[in-house]
Amino acid sequence: MSTGLGDNEIISRVLKGEQNAYAELVNRYQAYVFTLTLRMIKSREDAEEVAQDVFIKAYRSLADFRGESKFSTWLYTIANTTSITFLRKKKLDVHSLDNEKVFEVADSKDSGFRANLVEQKSRVNMVNEAIAMLSPDDAEIITLFYKAEQNLEEISRILRLETNTVKVRLHRARTRLKEKMEKNFSEEVKNIY
Amino acid sequence: MNQEQNIEQQLWAYIDGISSTEESTSIEKLLQSNLEWKNKYHELMGIHQLMNTAELEHPSMRFTKNVMEKITQYHIAPATKNYINKKIIWGIAGFFFTLITVFLIYGFSQVEWTSATDSKYAIDFSRVSQVDFSKIFNNNFVNGFMMVNVLLGLVLLDRVLANKRKKFQKQT
Repeated sequence: MSTGLGDNEIISRVLKGEQNAYAELVNRYQAYVFTLTLRMIKSREDAEEVAQDVFIKAYRSLADFRGESKFSTWLYTIANTTSITFLRKKKLDVHSLDNEKVFEVADSKDSGFRANLVEQKSRVNMVNEAIAMLSPDDAEIITLFYKAEQNLEEISRILRLETNTVKVRLHRARTRLKEKMEKNFSEEVKNIY
Repeated sequence: MNQEQNIEQQLWAYIDGISSTEESTSIEKLLQSNLEWKNKYHELMGIHQLMNTAELEHPSMRFTKNVMEKITQYHIAPATKNYINKKIIWGIAGFFFTLITVFLIYGFSQVEWTSATDSKYAIDFSRVSQVDFSKIFNNNFVNGFMMVNVLLGLVLLDRVLANKRKKFQKQT
């Protein structure tokens, strides 16, 4: 149940010892954090575990949140580092091009199956699937920009990159997403343009 | 970067609303007059709108319950700024600054300044070189230096403890 309180108000309540108030923040941001971790990690089970870990870490270091940025920006920074740590532990190199190749191979393997299902799928599913085909880095930046309502400065803070670098990376990610959609959902895409 | 990429980059900036006023005006003019720009704009706008339709993924129904159960085992850690005392940082910085200064003085005292006197821009450091640093850098100097640092450490420790005492008194 939503309390209608602002994030900072809830945080100050939690800091005063009202632990249950934290549930409101979890309810408010769980879908955003889960989407972000799922886009990077790709497995629902692992993504849920990582998302839980993000909220636990955020709770433990809540006293360090100084309110200089939005709570969501601070939370997504934790989500980003936790997901990267998880991927490193799984020995997946998030920055290498090999990763992109892995997703391309997986993508080509089941593209035939996708072609049969494409008519049944809504546009929403198509976008979600196309994003899921991207590398973790590309999927993350697109999710942060379009779904997590973060502007370029906020994304640069989350990813610890220069704003211009974020701009270039977002542009590249969108280009790759467009390519994926044209390749895997050509019929659907024709109706959009 | 080829022309198409350049057009795309400019159009994305325009769609995202991060172009400058001048850039926006010139893009708007191009969109009215140039078919290539117009087609590309519609294409990118289609993708942009499509991406906004992407839905959020939802975790299992037990997600909040699981998190709340887990956090009962933890306490909120004190803010980092509370246990990283600025005075201690300044103390450490002061120590290293003193150390570097001492080494610089010692290093300069070892330089043969007389060889540079041929140059017309040479500065007369002969008076510096006349100073007998060996008298300064003896055991007494080192002992004194260490003593100053110990005193500095004790002063800092006293301040930290005094702060903690004040906070404790306020809480009680």
